[in-house]
Amino acid sequence: MTTQAAPAIVPNFGDDETTGRKLAIICSKGTLDMAYPGLVLANAALGEGVETHLFFTFWGFDMITKSRMANLKFTPLGNTATHLPQGVGGLPGMTALATHQMRKQIADVGVPEVPEFLEQIVASGGHLWACRMSADMMHVTKDDLYDGVEDIINAADFIEKTDGAQLLFI
Amino acid sequence: MPVTSIAGRDIHVDAEGFLTSYDEWTPELAEQLAAQIGIDLTDAHRKVVAFLRDDYATQGETATLRRVSTLSGVGTKELFTLFPKKPAKKMAYIAGLPKPHGCV
Repeated sequence: MTTQAAPAIVPNFGDDETTGRKLAIICSKGTLDMAYPGLVLANAALGEGVETHLFFTFWGFDMITKSRMANLKFTPLGNTATHLPQGVGGLPGMTALATHQMRKQIADVGVPEVPEFLEQIVASGGHLWACRMSADMMHVTKDDLYDGVEDIINAADFIEKTDGAQLLFI
Repeated sequence: MPVTSIAGRDIHVDAEGFLTSYDEWTPELAEQLAAQIGIDLTDAHRKVVAFLRDDYATQGETATLRRVSTLSGVGTKELFTLFPKKPAKKMAYIAGLPKPHGCV
């Protein structure tokens, strides 16, 4: 019988990889439920060492507008996946109730509210960009936007910045 | 379950190399684990690792990056500096714990 030293098993954290992976996420929705997919994926990508850019456009502006970002709402209306009768979603107070319930569910799994989540993404090295056309349409300036937003840029700028990136539209 | 030899001791690990037995970890082993992935442990690293160890002991699962940054007193930015690129996995590895399962 021969004795053999077992080879050291060391996880590969990809530190030697020279090709930088890049992810670009376009956030175009302003509802509470649709804010999270982009935030969760951006956060996960950053935690995996992936250069990550978020581009906020149209209704997605609510996610980065100071006066609105902490007050995103959820409605069961038009969403059959809640499995509620559609008429119920239109009752007075239903949006507030559904929003309250979803906020609680999100908090229960230890996931932060939108402003705090953005703060974490910026601290992790993520880049936030706002859409020029949306800003002009809605008469929003950089002062109205979350401080972590680096700039208001046009679509061509975004395409340029995300050269070679994998792209998600949400 | 694979067994690997670290610092002259047989250590049980999973297929990727993460320790599978909480009690096989020692602070001395952490120095070796860190060195294997190119990290020189400082007191700042050790503080985070100690938090992860304690948190696992009470929670039964590895803290996510968010949990570490909110409860350990070491902020997200600093965690990325201490454990570059993949902080959550690297600190779990050095602390002798499984990779975190949580999404956030």
